Amino acid sequence: MAGTNDIVIKIATVNGTGSASANGLLRKAIFRMGVPVVGKNYFPSNIQGLPTWYEIRVTKDGYQSRSDRVDIMVAMNVQTYIQDMAAVAPGGWLIYDSTWPRGRQLDRDDITVIGVPLSRLCNERFDGVRTRILMKNIAYVGVIAALTNIDLEVIKGLLEETFAEKQHLIAANMEAIHLGYDYAVENFSGPTPPRVEKMDATRRHIVIDGNTASALGCVYAGATVGAWYPITPSTSLMDGFRAFCAEYRIDPESGKRTYAIIQAEDELAAIGMVFGASWMGARAFTPTSGPGISLMSEFIGYGYYAEIPAVIFNVQRTGPSTGMPTRTQQSDILSCAYASHGDTKHVLLFPADPHECFTMAPQAFDLADRLQTPVMVLSDLDIGMNDWMVPEFEWDESYVHDRGKVLSAEDIEGMEAFYRYLDVDGDGIPYRTLPGTHPKGSYFTRGSGHTKYGAYTENATDYQEVIDRLDVKWETARQLVPEPEIAYSKFNNAAILTVGSGNGACKEALDRLGEQNVGLNYCRVKAFPFSEAVREFIDKHEVVYVVEQNRDAQLRALLILDFDLRPDKLVSLLHYNGIPMNAGFVVDKVLEEISKGRAA
Amino acid sequence: MSYIAKPRISHPSIRKNKLGLTSRDYEGAVSTLCAGCGHDSVTAAIIQVVFDLDIEPHMLAKMSGIGCSSKTPAYFVQQSHGFNSVHGRMPSVTTGANTANRHLTYIGVSGDGDSLSIGVGQFVHAIRRNVNMCYIIENNGVYGLTKGQFSASADIGSKPKKGLPNQQEPIDPVSTALSLGATYIARSFSGDKAQLVPLIKGALLHKGFSLVDIISPCVTFNDHEGSTKSYAHTREFYNHVVDVDYIAPFEEITAEYEQGSSMPVVMHDGSKIMLRKIDADYDPTSRAGAFKYLRERFNAGEIVTGLLYIDDERKEMHDLMGNVDTPFAELPMESLRPPQGELEKILKRYR
Repeated sequence: MAGTNDIVIKIATVNGTGSASANGLLRKAIFRMGVPVVGKNYFPSNIQGLPTWYEIRVTKDGYQSRSDRVDIMVAMNVQTYIQDMAAVAPGGWLIYDSTWPRGRQLDRDDITVIGVPLSRLCNERFDGVRTRILMKNIAYVGVIAALTNIDLEVIKGLLEETFAEKQHLIAANMEAIHLGYDYAVENFSGPTPPRVEKMDATRRHIVIDGNTASALGCVYAGATVGAWYPITPSTSLMDGFRAFCAEYRIDPESGKRTYAIIQAEDELAAIGMVFGASWMGARAFTPTSGPGISLMSEFIGYGYYAEIPAVIFNVQRTGPSTGMPTRTQQSDILSCAYASHGDTKHVLLFPADPHECFTMAPQAFDLADRLQTPVMVLSDLDIGMNDWMVPEFEWDESYVHDRGKVLSAEDIEGMEAFYRYLDVDGDGIPYRTLPGTHPKGSYFTRGSGHTKYGAYTENATDYQEVIDRLDVKWETARQLVPEPEIAYSKFNNAAILTVGSGNGACKEALDRLGEQNVGLNYCRVKAFPFSEAVREFIDKHEVVYVVEQNRDAQLRALLILDFDLRPDKLVSLLHYNGIPMNAGFVVDKVLEEISKGRAA
Repeated sequence: MSYIAKPRISHPSIRKNKLGLTSRDYEGAVSTLCAGCGHDSVTAAIIQVVFDLDIEPHMLAKMSGIGCSSKTPAYFVQQSHGFNSVHGRMPSVTTGANTANRHLTYIGVSGDGDSLSIGVGQFVHAIRRNVNMCYIIENNGVYGLTKGQFSASADIGSKPKKGLPNQQEPIDPVSTALSLGATYIARSFSGDKAQLVPLIKGALLHKGFSLVDIISPCVTFNDHEGSTKSYAHTREFYNHVVDVDYIAPFEEITAEYEQGSSMPVVMHDGSKIMLRKIDADYDPTSRAGAFKYLRERFNAGEIVTGLLYIDDERKEMHDLMGNVDTPFAELPMESLRPPQGELEKILKRYR
């Protein structure tokens, strides 16, 4: 049931009609009133014409995931009207454009239907087809503002910021707001929805998407080379990097760039460029999604064996194959963990939200440099492209980036001889040199069998020595990766374990289950290899519900493989239809498992 | 990349270059290619070029993919950094490395399989970007390491050791590069060191993408009668069109050049390459002219060699991108972050 500051508004429109700015305005206005808010976009793989939805969850409790109900539906798309009407929770509201007649059979008596002649109002007031369409979107914001008591002054303030340089648009947009607002106030007399009331719960918070956050993280990480092949849903990461670099990466003296963005011919080339640049000592990265990882796999194995840093952002989408490019999933966990032929395994980081996208970017570059290996950051479409309310990012000016074991010309000069793959320190990480530093520092980088001295080999012992040393390095990685987030509620023998964007739904589910006296402990893994703390957590429980967004229980499989665990202890709760998981799913599944006789 | 260590003794009176290094210092490991392989002659030519041009070994980056040709960077300039990448992907690695640091000299050694089949995508896109590198194709029309399959450069009618003659159109790297706008395009023959050495010198000094397509016969799988990439066939149909002399900076031109058929090109380091046109009508600055000429001679069965096209005005990748000159690895990390307090301003946009 909806309540004050606990309202879900869903807006159904047609892709390409410019509703994004109107929806953003509404979402921002609620945030500016100090009320926590979540924005989720459900969009088609299409440029114009197919249905698209934007869902605004007003959540006084500050939950991060999608809600499992719709309180107010703005049904602007005739094509999906029937389905949109059916989606409204009993007792809810539906707003539609009443400019044109609507069949009587299209009704429900358990909801309140509000017709507003949005097109007529806008056509009477504005000229030009495009303007009329855009203003119609702004007008429904006015209707919602009237119904839920959103402060018009806040909306005006936002428009003034957005159009600071185009004054005439402020007035025009405010007029459109009033067209909807005034019509609703004058004509509507039914039961009103719960109100949005001012709170003080968004201070020191921002609303941002994960791709923008990753891009900003790359700037702070000192990334200089971004090579990529455009792919949904990762594209906005490079767009963000480009925009931030245009602002902050122009050398004041020469006016030249201290960054390079290369749009490659395909993902094979993109990752090749990243390895070439990293080999030269630049911090280089590529954003991609599942199909890109498939194409990059051969090179990722090369990077693992030749020991070259690289940072890969995999904004996961729904597979297999092309799958559903604009839907979310966590289905690349295994293909990333073991990308490439031969014995390979890779360091993975799993951000849960845009805040971690920001913090994990410099962490990923530091780990890649320290471990001299590809590091993959696995977010997903839900994190990457949706609007999340998260604590403000912070940057510690005293932070020192870890560039790893790179020898300077002075270091090399003092050495008798340099050998690339010797484990001098016993941590499995050799020293490296950058080309052009010193003649004595030269070595031959190869993906073929090599000795610890860097020479070609087909000798069984020499080959195996290097492969075994890489495993020592793997155990070092286990010590260096971020620790899991762990929370104990009571002395329970059951727990939920999840990853990445599962965080929001699981935490909300824990609250709801707690209300039903089902107490569960909680673990969210943040990296692979899994740290010992993850094993200890699992060891303490009789049942661990592994919640993840893929069909094949990939996280569970990886846990069993990495820790040699007893499989029956890990019970999978799997959500994989492409829509972000919500708390209701987790609650229902846990209760179902309990009723099956598994103790909680 | 098999190699055998080579003894490092040389004659005391051996010639030294400006860096005080001898040609022995520019050698690599002993080649493990077949005796008589054309690629070993190319390696020898590269050693001479790098020695003559006084290139500091550690300022040379040797890039390659997979195949017989791609093994050769282990056989020259031991003290250079080498990157033997995956099959057909040398161009992308070189693009990335060059983006990060433009101060090294990049030489990529590839083969006809590596560049014209598995790596044809990367080959053409490196040309489009005008990456500043010398791209050598050791072209023998055949796959050696997998024992004798035709490559994409095999000519129609060329006979394999066993089986039927090739019937598919060959991909000619020279005309491909010409159509894509490469800025230095040469073809030569591994058996013609006198022509090859100045062509590679020009290619290394040229600012932008330079292609040197070298017919380099495979003695084991493609040197028999009926093969169009054999030593005998190449010698018979070989035709010099534009030869090149290299003239070091401040060096006087001593040779006599015929008016009308010679053309000097000044390189960025002050050196010159002097084009000597054997066919006075040939214009190596005209893409259309070069293309027409090449097609005609190709149809007549000739192998046209020399510096076939040059454009020394087009900007190379770095200049097109507008990057700083400093290698990216040398930029202080603090300079790459927004100034202190700026994060607060950035975050305001998201409230």
